[in-house]
Amino acid sequence: MSAQATRRRRGRQTRQEARTGWFFALPFTLLFGLVFVAPIAYSVRSGFYAQRATEGGLFGGSGGLQEVFVGFENFSNVATSSTFWSGMGRVMIFGGFQIPIMIGLALALALILDSYLVRRRAFWRLLYFLPYAIPGLVAAIMWGYLYVPEVSPFASYLPDIGGQPFFLSSSVILASMANMTTWTFTGYNMLIFLAALQAIPHELYEAARIDGASGWQITRKIKIPMVRGAALLAVLLSIIGTVQLFNEPTVMQTLASWMGNDYTPMMLAYNTAMGQITPSGAGPASAVSILMALVAGTLAIIYALVQRKAD
Amino acid sequence: MTTKQMMSPRQARAAERAVRKASSMPPRAYAPTRLARTITLIVLVVIAVYFLMPIIWMFFASSKSNRDLIQTFGFWFGEMNWSANWTSLMGWTQGLFPRWVANSVFYSTVAGAVGTLISVACGYAIAKFRFPGRRVLLTVIMTGLLMPIALLTVPLYLVFHQIGLVNTIWAILIPSMVSPFGVFLGHVYATSSVPTELLEAARIDGASEFRIFFTMVLRLLAPAMVTIFLFIFVATWNNFLLPLMMISSAELRPITLGLYGMMSYFNPDKGAVMLGALLGVIPLILLFLGLQRYWQSGLAAGSVKG
Repeated sequence: MSAQATRRRRGRQTRQEARTGWFFALPFTLLFGLVFVAPIAYSVRSGFYAQRATEGGLFGGSGGLQEVFVGFENFSNVATSSTFWSGMGRVMIFGGFQIPIMIGLALALALILDSYLVRRRAFWRLLYFLPYAIPGLVAAIMWGYLYVPEVSPFASYLPDIGGQPFFLSSSVILASMANMTTWTFTGYNMLIFLAALQAIPHELYEAARIDGASGWQITRKIKIPMVRGAALLAVLLSIIGTVQLFNEPTVMQTLASWMGNDYTPMMLAYNTAMGQITPSGAGPASAVSILMALVAGTLAIIYALVQRKAD
Repeated sequence: MTTKQMMSPRQARAAERAVRKASSMPPRAYAPTRLARTITLIVLVVIAVYFLMPIIWMFFASSKSNRDLIQTFGFWFGEMNWSANWTSLMGWTQGLFPRWVANSVFYSTVAGAVGTLISVACGYAIAKFRFPGRRVLLTVIMTGLLMPIALLTVPLYLVFHQIGLVNTIWAILIPSMVSPFGVFLGHVYATSSVPTELLEAARIDGASEFRIFFTMVLRLLAPAMVTIFLFIFVATWNNFLLPLMMISSAELRPITLGLYGMMSYFNPDKGAVMLGALLGVIPLILLFLGLQRYWQSGLAAGSVKG
């Protein structure tokens, strides 16, 4: 066989391989384009447009709505809106105490279940993970009723604050919602930590034991440093999740109507898109979403950088 | 022949149990004291009470009338009101409650099945074939893994509104079946557990790529597929914002949206809402308990290998 023929055959094989590869990757890629790429592109574009009434209306023109290029107007409206930033402030306060508590609790539980202190680990692991099987919305309804004094077995023992039931008052409601998310996601994060702990080679522990380390020292000096990667990921995902806080405040709003429909940025984005807040429509809704994404991204990057510097 | 092969299956299992027990028990020199164990147990029980208390309360609350919810002890039955609550639930939903549960089963199953297949196929392609754009594709999909999903729902609604898919089953199915996590997991598994030699041998034997994928590769990737299916299924069942935005007709609602509608209704029968919530999560809990070991493996792959 000549060298040329070999090369030609190889070329055909490569093309064949590329075709097959794309064939298998294509269904997902197309849908990914429709569900991820197209919405992002569309919202970036529509962020620069707004619906305006056409001027011909009075003189027998169509009088309908027309899409007009407005430059950065939508973005500057959101960026200077106190509603947006107070919502953002709320979710940041929320994340500021909820994430450390949840991650701390999850890590502590994982370390306990990974130690020699416990028998029947599988049982406890399943028990703590169980709330994750309850949809966030159902968890919110359930806890929501547990916060209403007339229904709840414990809420009636707590005093009203400012004319509102204790758990539904403006100074406590963030903590009430933080409890819902902590309840749902602690077990999930615990499983992530457990998986990371089980990946640590046991020879490390044995070596430390021979050098005379106690169980507590092993936990502090080996186990915790070794799960840093998992912790970083868990915190990042929690930050991104917190910025989008929606289910819990939406359910709470049905019990505490003073919250309004713009209590968190995600509620603002939803109600803007659905036309329940003016200015409404695709342009303003896209602007809110994009700014939220930027804030979430910025927070995540800052956290990752701070964490890296600390190491 | 090894000793294991000579034992009966029962003996082998017993031996395995003994080994496992021995390895989870520490050498006596640094076994924790009885006091330490007891304190740990108390802590674990207290935390377990926190996690279980609301579910137990929901169970009892679902059996009560509004009056009994106020007057009777929260963690025991009052007057049995299940059938009245069920009637109220059916009445308020105009008989659609079972339909909502069925809708949730339908959305989650279809999205889970199709989503698993396409993400495994994509992960397999990226792992085993060299094609132009492969690296870019993987990077883009991995970026999707960190995307704020709820946030994406708003522009997604705008796009689906444009192409006229709002308020159809496709508005739930299509977004739910796209799982970057599934591709990631499929890629990890295909890289580690589908040997390239096996694929080449099958090709030399004249098997088509299609047949290789469906008869060999899918079988090798089965554990990963169960995990991906479970993740998509649960995520679809739990999604609230997507149906809230996309679905307006009562017949198409999944259970989460239906329950929200009931709850936001003025002064609802709270026991009936609780009954609905309870019935709406039972299928999920069963699935969850039945397939729980697959969660661990999926999370392990996501946190350690990633």
